[in-house]
Amino acid sequence: MAHQISVFAENRPGRLRKVTGLLAEAGVNLRALTITGVEKYGVIKLLVDKPDLAYEALIAAGVPAKKQEVIAILIEDEPGSLYKALSALAERGVNIENAYGFLTHESDKAVFVFEVEDPKQTVELLREMGFKPLSDAEIAAL
Amino acid sequence: MFWDEEMETLPRDELKRLQVERLRQTLVRASRSPFYSRLFKRIKLDPEKVSSLDVLKDIPFTTKEDLRSNAPYGFLAVPKEEIIRVHSSSGTTGAATPILYTRSDIDRWADLVARCMYMTGVRKGDVFQNTMGYGLFTGGLGFHYGAEKLGVMVIPSGPGNSKRQIYLMRTFGTTVIHILPSYALRLLSTFEELGLDPKEDTQLRIAFIGAEPHTEEMRRRIEEAYGVDAYNSYGLSEMNGPGVAFECPHKNGMHVWEDSFILEVVDPETLEPVPEGEVGELVFTTLTREGMPIIRYRSRDLAAVYPDPCPCGRTHRRISRIMGRTDDMLIVKGVNIFPMQIEKVLMSIPEVGTDYQIVLERENYMDKLIVRVEINAKFFEGDVKGLERLRRRIIEELRSEIVVTPEVELLEPGSLPKAEGKAVRVIDRRG
Ligand SMILES: [Zn+2]
Repeated sequence: MAHQISVFAENRPGRLRKVTGLLAEAGVNLRALTITGVEKYGVIKLLVDKPDLAYEALIAAGVPAKKQEVIAILIEDEPGSLYKALSALAERGVNIENAYGFLTHESDKAVFVFEVEDPKQTVELLREMGFKPLSDAEIAAL
Repeated sequence: MFWDEEMETLPRDELKRLQVERLRQTLVRASRSPFYSRLFKRIKLDPEKVSSLDVLKDIPFTTKEDLRSNAPYGFLAVPKEEIIRVHSSSGTTGAATPILYTRSDIDRWADLVARCMYMTGVRKGDVFQNTMGYGLFTGGLGFHYGAEKLGVMVIPSGPGNSKRQIYLMRTFGTTVIHILPSYALRLLSTFEELGLDPKEDTQLRIAFIGAEPHTEEMRRRIEEAYGVDAYNSYGLSEMNGPGVAFECPHKNGMHVWEDSFILEVVDPETLEPVPEGEVGELVFTTLTREGMPIIRYRSRDLAAVYPDPCPCGRTHRRISRIMGRTDDMLIVKGVNIFPMQIEKVLMSIPEVGTDYQIVLERENYMDKLIVRVEINAKFFEGDVKGLERLRRRIIEELRSEIVVTPEVELLEPGSLPKAEGKAVRVIDRRG
């Protein structure tokens, strides 16, 4: 199972810089990042190579942060591959809540990251369907 | 249980009769002072004929400004040689106003303070350390005389010098302490520095922490850290000083000694009485004061009266914590709002951090109330959904307390300036 770090941030200049600055100082590399914003604040989701280290660095700096289980799967970087994965999950009634993706250095693969209500069960399902959910270590090695 | 059982448990109708009689005597005495003799002539009041408390509503309020502009002797109701003590208000705003006491005033005051202390369980044999300032300020000497009247050993340590405070506590086995709540919390670091645990290494069992406003949470922290019962109290120098109202062991509201003071609660805008149980400005009339009787004094302190009787058996009504000062009152969309009401709601929600800010703006001629709160990092769940749920909950709980629907902004911990008093927390941009 992979982990992402969620961070609460006010919607004003310099907040993202502060967060990424803290991570850089702690020697953490970013793999992917999304921001869900509402009017005055937002939640930054970070996929990093060292989630534990990132989490500790942020908490130590007084930043409201949370380490959460998240599912990351490798898919072929070709038309229809994400559709295939999503349909398989939809058929089994899995509701995807918050998703983002990024390309790996090997250009034929993409990583699809998403949150579900029951990550453990979803991981089982994905394994049965032949997908390989990535661990933190595998994400770090990408 | 009671210092003065008969008086403390006097049935309400008898208490009222006593108030009428004492009010008549007070008005007679007051009419000998330059200020009230002029006033009573103007409103054609004959104090001798007073037979009901209803007379009060025909007498104008006495304000701080009246006391100040008639200082030092405009309110003196006895020959000056009868005065044996002067205290004064702290004078945080403007010049200090002197309060004059006869020997009997000092005795009665001490007796009321003894009544308060006894109510919380202080007994002969206790050792009382008074860390409040002595001098013109009433908090130090008021408790000092009360404790002596009760018959406990008093250590008049006065404020400051934390190591000496702890040394005195340990040397004399202090069991009861009078201390500013903020100082009680600061003193903990000195205990720690000395490698001492106040719970183990002192014999403290009771603390009086009413000298400055504090939250229920602060009381609990003091009680836990020191292993004591901490009691809130209320007093103002214009009404002697400490001993006007005090918590009983139920710690649910402070009994106002209605044999010594008449309490009214009024709307600070209209000056009409508020319905019982609602927050308003406390107005006091002295009932036994000789040197300087004061009628219908506007305290500028805001609190509510608890209408129901207290399980302790005392018949004197209770008031809530002081919710703020009339000077702090905000009028938003025509509704009176006290910052303390907002603070109370915010502090009851654990997901909210300690700092907040109240911003008032005007948009299209409409008042807008914005409450900006820091979130408590510990409770961050990692998603917008949870935060929006929290934001809606804060709005809902504030609305049910203050009637007005505020906007609520969630902030990162530490993004607001640390508040050093109430002023910083309210920003009024309505011009
Ligand atoms: Zn009681």
